[in-house]
Amino acid sequence: MTMLQGFQIALHALRLNPLRSFLTMLGIVIGVASIVTVFAIGSGAQLRLQEQIRSIGANVLMITPGAVYQGGVRLKDGSKLTMTESDVQAILEQIPEVQAAAGSIAGTAQVIHEGKNWNTTINGTTTGHFMVRDWQLATGRYFSGTEEAGAGKVVILGSTVARELFAPGDDPIGAQIRIMKVPLEVVGVLDRKGPAQDDVAFVPLATAKLRFLGSASNINRDSVAYIIAKVAGDGQMAGSRSEIENLLRQRHRVPAGQEDDFKVQDPAAAMEAQQGAIRTVALLLVAIASVSLLVGGISIMNVMIVSVTERTREIGIRRALGGRMRDIRLQFLCEALVLCLLGGAIGVAGGVTLSMTVARMAGWVTSIDGQAIGLALAFSIATGLIFGFYPAHKASKLSPIEALKTE
Amino acid sequence: MTASPPLISLQSVGRTYRTDGVAVTAVRNVSFDIAQGEIVAVMGPSGSGKSTLMNMIGLLDLPSEGAVYLEGADVADLSEDRRSSLRARSIGFVFQSYNLLARHDAIENVALPLVYCGIGRRERLARAEASLQAVGMLHRAHHFPRQLSGGEQQRVAIARALIASPLIVLADEPTGALDSRTGAEILALFAALNRTGQTIVMITHDPGIAAQCRRTIHLHDGELVADETPAPALPKRSAAP
Ligand SMILES: Nc1ncnc2c1ncn2[C@@H]1O[C@H](COP(=O)(O)OP(=O)(O)O)[C@@H](O)[C@H]1O
Ligand SMILES: [Mg+2]
Repeated sequence: MTMLQGFQIALHALRLNPLRSFLTMLGIVIGVASIVTVFAIGSGAQLRLQEQIRSIGANVLMITPGAVYQGGVRLKDGSKLTMTESDVQAILEQIPEVQAAAGSIAGTAQVIHEGKNWNTTINGTTTGHFMVRDWQLATGRYFSGTEEAGAGKVVILGSTVARELFAPGDDPIGAQIRIMKVPLEVVGVLDRKGPAQDDVAFVPLATAKLRFLGSASNINRDSVAYIIAKVAGDGQMAGSRSEIENLLRQRHRVPAGQEDDFKVQDPAAAMEAQQGAIRTVALLLVAIASVSLLVGGISIMNVMIVSVTERTREIGIRRALGGRMRDIRLQFLCEALVLCLLGGAIGVAGGVTLSMTVARMAGWVTSIDGQAIGLALAFSIATGLIFGFYPAHKASKLSPIEALKTE
Repeated sequence: MTASPPLISLQSVGRTYRTDGVAVTAVRNVSFDIAQGEIVAVMGPSGSGKSTLMNMIGLLDLPSEGAVYLEGADVADLSEDRRSSLRARSIGFVFQSYNLLARHDAIENVALPLVYCGIGRRERLARAEASLQAVGMLHRAHHFPRQLSGGEQQRVAIARALIASPLIVLADEPTGALDSRTGAEILALFAALNRTGQTIVMITHDPGIAAQCRRTIHLHDGELVADETPAPALPKRSAAP
């Protein structure tokens, strides 16, 4: 008897009782579907984090507002813009490891070009921002010194904004767009950095303060919302971080023992830690899903054992008609394999559907790779072989004479 | 020209079952030969060891004493796998209770032994059709056992026994579950098969049936008590004069 015949006999036997066959493979279906889904969501989350890490740039420190005390009362972190342009200047001048630094303020607004219209993040900053983030231009130029100093009406677009406002053939450079009724000339379009990063328009910091924030009272003319700084070498992150902390504590006159009114963070390191955490959680979930696979395997073994008992006479007949022990073993092993493979295939389909649904409904990035599917299928084949072997072996060991005597 | 060995030869065959320390001797010291082309009835009361003997001739069981030779070869020297393959190719079983697979239709049941001869599906089905035709059951090829009467099921079972052109057909009380008319029809089928040269061994306890066979072996308490060939003896197909 060949493998193919084994599968034909198995399919025949399983088709006779479709509901039972389906219930038998349900554990495998659920196990495989969970593995595929967990993999898809986990690797999607990893991809997004990696993109964010890449988009921040290498060796970048981020300084954001911290605790603020007003009359002895601690206000929420970030409730006041405590960082200033002079802080940026001081960091650049006094800390040799810092190669570039820039302050930013940001908000969202509608950008308009002719008939087209797009809601995006407006980031007021200096050319240093692009240096810190290693962000190259696709076309055009960065802000000039005059534009930065004189609140020039210029804008650099992220690639998403450029795509939304301009037809594919159009050259955005030199075009006029409007943000909050202010006409601005497009001087540059940035390289793509990732879907979450490219939806942005940059204007000079002075332009943002003067033309968009106007006389907003809580804004000191010198304030920035956050500062990013690029440190020269890999090994100098921790050192530079404490130097910046010391410098700012001194400049902000933070009394000894009081919480800083700023925070210096290493976003890439934080995200890497997060990535590690995601990996751990994903592995944990896969382990849980594997338990379901195990339970599925046991359920298959159970049903197969019952089936061998029920079909003892069939086994006797097959032996009498010339079936060898290994033919009987192959027949039942094929049944277990077909159950697992079919369950695995349904599970993969279910897992793919589920992760795509999650992706659409929750807006998460999911990524289905062949590796995860292959792994899940390999798992189900292994389950079939492991849990199918004992019943198949038992069937093959039956004495044909005894088997023929059973009712 | 040397004499070729008999198709089947039993030499001082005994079979003792041992269960829970109790030994039951079902067959003791039985010797006889079966030549190609014979039809032999095996008679004896219930429990006299007929089925046990049949199982040994059919390579389903091995003797605990003596030896069974198939075409001169001691079957005890063959591996379990080899004996299985011989069952597929050289032995055709017919059982009292038909033993068709309930979940397969007639033609698939008939084709089953060929699965274990490594023959492809197309040829299996073609040969199964021919075999069904030979027993007059081709018109029921796609009926399931439960849709067939006892006599019809037994015809299908005979078609299955014949499909691999076996050296010998072994029938264990093939008419035992049938009414006398249907039994007579089945018997006529066996007789017709034997006329074409098919060797047949048939267990029965109906003397009327045994009388129609040229040779009858009587068993009692596991022992061979008579091996009769009623006169006139017809010329046997023998290899040497
Ligand atoms: N597997 C077995 N274990 C123990 N005793 C058995 C077994 N099979 C048959 N016997 C005994 O051997 C004797 C002959 O049985 P069997 O060959 O089936 O007789 P028959 O077919 O002539 O009715 C009976 O006494 C029966 O109880
Ligand atoms: Mg019997």
